[in-house]
This record gives sequence, C-alpha cells and structure tokens, in this order.
Amino acid sequence: MADFEIKDLRASVEGRQILKGVSLSIAKGEVHAVMGPNGSGKSTLSHTLMGHPGYTVDGGEVLFKGQNVLALEPDARARLGMFLAFQYPVVVPGISMANFLRTALNSKRGYDGKDKSKQVTPKEFRSMLKGELEVLHMDDSFLPRYINDGFSGGEKKRAEILQMAMLKPEIAILDETDSGLDIDSIKFVAEAVNRMRGPELGILIITHYTRVLEFIKPDFVHVLVDGKFVLSGGPEVADRLEKTGYSEWGKEETAQPQEVA
Amino acid sequence: MATVPKVEVGTDYKEKYGFFVPEEYVFKAKRGLNPDIVKEISWMKQEPEWMTKMRLRSLEIFRKKPMPTWGADLSVIDFENIFYYLKASDKQSKTWEDLPPDIKATYDRLGVPEAERKFLAGVSAQYESEVVYHSLQEELTKKGVIFTDTDSALRDHPDLFKEYFGTVIPPADNKFSALNTAVWSGGSFIYVPKGVRVDIPLQAYFRINAENMGQFERTLIICDEGSFVHYIEGCTAPIYTTDSLHSAVVEIIVKKNARCRYTTIQNWSTNVFNLVTKRAMAYADATMEWVDGNLGSQITMKYPSVYLMEPGAKGDVLSVAFAGKGQHQDAGGKMIHVAPNTTSTITSKSISKGGGRTSYRGHIKIYPGANNCKSFVKCDALLLDDESRSDTYPYNDVDAENVTLGHEATVSKVSDEQLFYLMSRGIARAEAETMIVNGFIEPFTKELPLEYAVELNRLIQLEMEGSVG
Repeated sequence: MADFEIKDLRASVEGRQILKGVSLSIAKGEVHAVMGPNGSGKSTLSHTLMGHPGYTVDGGEVLFKGQNVLALEPDARARLGMFLAFQYPVVVPGISMANFLRTALNSKRGYDGKDKSKQVTPKEFRSMLKGELEVLHMDDSFLPRYINDGFSGGEKKRAEILQMAMLKPEIAILDETDSGLDIDSIKFVAEAVNRMRGPELGILIITHYTRVLEFIKPDFVHVLVDGKFVLSGGPEVADRLEKTGYSEWGKEETAQPQEVA
Repeated sequence: MATVPKVEVGTDYKEKYGFFVPEEYVFKAKRGLNPDIVKEISWMKQEPEWMTKMRLRSLEIFRKKPMPTWGADLSVIDFENIFYYLKASDKQSKTWEDLPPDIKATYDRLGVPEAERKFLAGVSAQYESEVVYHSLQEELTKKGVIFTDTDSALRDHPDLFKEYFGTVIPPADNKFSALNTAVWSGGSFIYVPKGVRVDIPLQAYFRINAENMGQFERTLIICDEGSFVHYIEGCTAPIYTTDSLHSAVVEIIVKKNARCRYTTIQNWSTNVFNLVTKRAMAYADATMEWVDGNLGSQITMKYPSVYLMEPGAKGDVLSVAFAGKGQHQDAGGKMIHVAPNTTSTITSKSISKGGGRTSYRGHIKIYPGANNCKSFVKCDALLLDDESRSDTYPYNDVDAENVTLGHEATVSKVSDEQLFYLMSRGIARAEAETMIVNGFIEPFTKELPLEYAVELNRLIQLEMEGSVG
C-alpha cells in the first residue's frame, strides 16, 4: 500500500516543461532513490513536491493521507507530514536556529499561541535537541546562530537533518544532501538518517551521485532523465550507474562524485 | 466615581492594544496658542520669571519661523485646534498605591508595575502633560543621581537646570523646538554625578490620551565626567479621530569619558504627528548612543543627532522605522564632527508595508580642522509590497582632511526563497513573514532590554496583522 503517491506529475519552470509525467509510489518504511544527470528535473521534482512558488504544476497529482497535496501551501504540506531537506539551505538573518526550530515544532503541533498544551516546553525541547545534536556531531553553539548564516556546507546539511529529526516527518525528501560534503559529514548525516528509518518514515533521496547510497541503502532506485523515469528497480540499479554513469541515456556524465581537491 | 465621558476611539483600538481609559482632568486649558495661554501655563506651574520670559520669547520665534517644507507634509497641522497643557491629577503621587485608579489601570496595561518590580529603579510615567507617578530608588539618591520630572527639576534644582536648559537645543533651532520651549510640560530630568554608573536602565512611559492635545515634553540629561546612564522611553497610544501633535525636545550633555544611551520605542496612534528634536553634545572620549524605534504615528520626523565636540568623542544612532498604510516615517540621524579624531555610525533599518513610506534622512558634517574623523552610515530598507516606498537622502559636508566616510544602502523585499524555506517547516505564511521582518530588525532588537525586545516583536506582529486597505 502506497502511503505517498505521485501520479503523472508534470511541472514547468518559467514556461519550460521540466517534469513530463513522473509517477512514483512510496510506502512508509521504504527508502527510494531518484538518480539523474544534470538538468533531468531532480530539483524540479523536490521543489514541486514541497510547493515552491516558482514551479508551476501542469498536471498530475500527489496523494498523501487522502489529499492532493498539490492544492496545499508549503506549510500545510509540512504540517501534514512532509519534509524537504534543501540542497541549498536558505540564509535567514536575524532568526536564531533555536527560535526557528521551536517555532517550526510548535507549528507542526498545531500550536497557534492559544492552546498551551500543544506548545513544546523548554525542557522537552532541550532534551529532544540534545540527542540529535550528538548524533550529528554538532554542539549547542550552533543554536544561537542565525538560520544558515555563515554555516559551512557541512553545517548546513547537518542542520537540515537536525530539523528533520526534530519535526519527525512521515515523508522526507532529501535533495542532494550529499553534495558539497566531506566524507565525515556524509557519515554523520547518514547515521542520523539511518536512525530515523523505520515503519513510520518514507524517504525519497534525490541525488546525482551513488556515493550517499553506500551509506543510506535504498530499497528502490529510479533513474530520471529528461523529466521522466527511464529505469526503476532495486539497489542493483545504483550499482549499474556506478559503473556506466548516465551514458546509456546519451548523457556523458558519471554517477561517481569527483573528488574535490 | 465620575461618569465615563464618551470618547470616540478607532474601531480596532481595543483589539489592537487592549486597553482604553476614559479621560478625567483636573484642569483643561483652552485650545489654541497665544501669549496668554503660555503665561497661564507658566503661572499654573508657578515657574520663575526667567522661564516665563523664555517661553514667551520662544512663542515669538515659533510664530516667525516658517513651516519646514523639506520633509514630510505638515501643512495639515492646525495649531489653533490643540490643547497645549493638561494636568491629569492635581498632585504627584509618591507611590503606585497613591495613583488615581483610572491612571493606574492604564499603566497596568502598559506593564509599569512589572517594570517597577523588575528594575527596582525610578519610574517616571507621564500621563497627559505632567508626570504623575514618580519613584526613586534610594540607592540612586545615595549616589547623588537626580531622576525626576522636568517640572520638579526646575523647582528643586534651579541652578543646575538653568545652567543647561536650552543650551543644546536653543529655542531658535527650529520651528518645533521653539514651540516646545514655549509650551513644554513634563519630561524627564536626569543628572548623573562624576564617576557614577547607573547600572539599571531608568524608564519612563509616555502616552497621549486626550483628543486633539499636544504633548510637549522636555527631557534634559546631564552625564557628568566618567558617568554612565541608560534611559528608556516607551509608549503605546490610543487611536483618536482627529489629529494630534507630539513635539518633544530632548537635550543631552555627555561630558568627558562619560557614556549615555537613550532608548526609545514609540508606537503613536496613526493620527499623531511626531516631530521631535533630539540632540546630544559629546565631549572628550565620551560616547552617546541613540537607539530609536518608530512605529505608529501618521508622520514622524526625527533625526537624533550628536555634536562631537572634543577629540575621542563617539556618536551612534541605531534606528528602526515601520510605516504602514497612510504613514510616513521620515527618520535618520545627524553627526556633527566638530573636533578631530571623532567617530560616528548611523545604522537605519526601515520597513514599509501597505503603501507606507519610509525615508532615511541623514547629515554628516565634518568641520574644517576636524581631521582623522571616521563616519559610517548604513541604511537598509525592507519593502513588503509593491505599493510601499522607501527613499534615502544622505547629506555629507566634509571640510577636513584624512576623513573616512562610508555609506551603504540596500533596499530589499521579503524573498520568496526565505518565505518558502520557513513555510516548508510548517510555519504559516503570516508568521513566516513576521519572523523575517523581526529578523531584519534584529540588530536593533538585540540592543534592547529583553522585555522591550519582546514587546517590539509583538508590536511588529500586530502591525503585520493589521488590515491593509
């Protein structure tokens, strides 16, 4: 039984059609990987699923908990249980990470400033944070810093996963979470994600490269080329891409990351 | 109890600010402005002759000076339709318990007792035109600090008062300083003796609560050598149906090695004309800091300034302005470098929403011979929609050598990317927008004592919620 179902999703950016009919069913407990070369529509998929205003839906639906989430604002999607770990987390000056996390958590719980029973208590907040910070090898000093402001690449991605751990989504989309990370950071991030794996969470990993899949083992792998899935299968699909890259679809791009000097 | 007079208030006033207290006056002057009214004010206060004369002279200057036309549109002010003096109760209260119940109710809503408990410092709360509540912590008195209302200071410290009053901002400085000097009433007077540091902020609360009345408070702060004081004024005001004028004058003298910080958060009702002259003189190695937040009012014109009189003097202005529908915040700062080796910074943050207009107007003047001065101006404007407006009017006059002058200005909008990021975490659009705005002014907020920071964030939230036409 699919818990999250993408049906024939078509989307465009600035009048140019990018997604040309994408269908995918995710059940909670499963990890799906979407792999594709540059320009295949990977980030359009993640942004469209979460409701970025710059992406126009041309057709299809995304069903989650009996609703077509494409009709919802991004905040409503999040409160329903969706989460997007950004490829490029956004800097928001003047708002501390602690304030941001607390506000997000309260929103998720439906706290609107009135019903105090829904509000996260300081004690609960601290204890939730403590465990997650340790797993991600982060410390308290990051909490008073402004959202993503002056964060290194690794810190940004870890902060994304920290938010995911705190908000406990049922469907998490990890958009190029491995990009720009050194091997240690990938391990910390993967460890945190693996801890969250379980029957209550479905994961969609979007990635160009196979490397992250060594640490977060997918159950299914889908190859996205020119806005359509061209191949779906088990983990062996990633192994195939590891060797041949995207050449069989006419793209001369490797699926192995280039070591950054 | 007296019957409640019927007073028309703005329709959303109660929802927005949550309090309203009917007026009850012991004395109410006539509307309008003439020598007889000025004499009457002075007589009511039993002032010395020199003050009566100074008031009358100032009235003449006010009459002669043309209305300034270089800034916001002030042509709608009708000076003949304003009360220039009101007295809310016939004598001052010594303690909170002595306050008349209706005044007490107002300050309850404003959180004065809370502040009293927290700071245990002097509280000088201005209701109408005169300070009615005043308490001084014994510790301050022991240190020789004078913190009183300006009327009492004239009576109780006549020599000190006369030595400094009107020396920083003379009546002839501008039309509104002349008006203030003619009809001033209330305000705070602070004297901090040599080497004394006042560790807790001294606070005052101001409110306008009479239809068509002007508030002309006058504040005078003297920081003697090596001293420190932080003075805070804050206010929220009810919304009335006709125009109201607030024209204060604040004079500050910061002597050698002393430091003064003056924090203001003003939230006048949107029919108030807020025309304030604030100026400080900073002497050798002294520091003057203006922290100035302007919400509300129909028009605000306010440019806190520092005259850097001797080497090593430092001046800072940190200001925030929020203009909503029908509002014009014309604010900024002035730094006058009279002596060499003086430094100044002006940081201005403005937010415009719903067709509101903000202007930054600044003046950096560096006199001949004031070499090796440094000045940096940074103004950031945030526009929340396409109908709002922001302008920058920086004026620089540099007549000295080896001067470092920096100016940086940005205009931005709430970005879709930031909004999407916050919303993707479940935060509703309105709350996300408020967070971004509060984040934008955070460099200002973080300079405030915690409860003021919380209040400012709450006021921003109220402004953001406010219906836009």
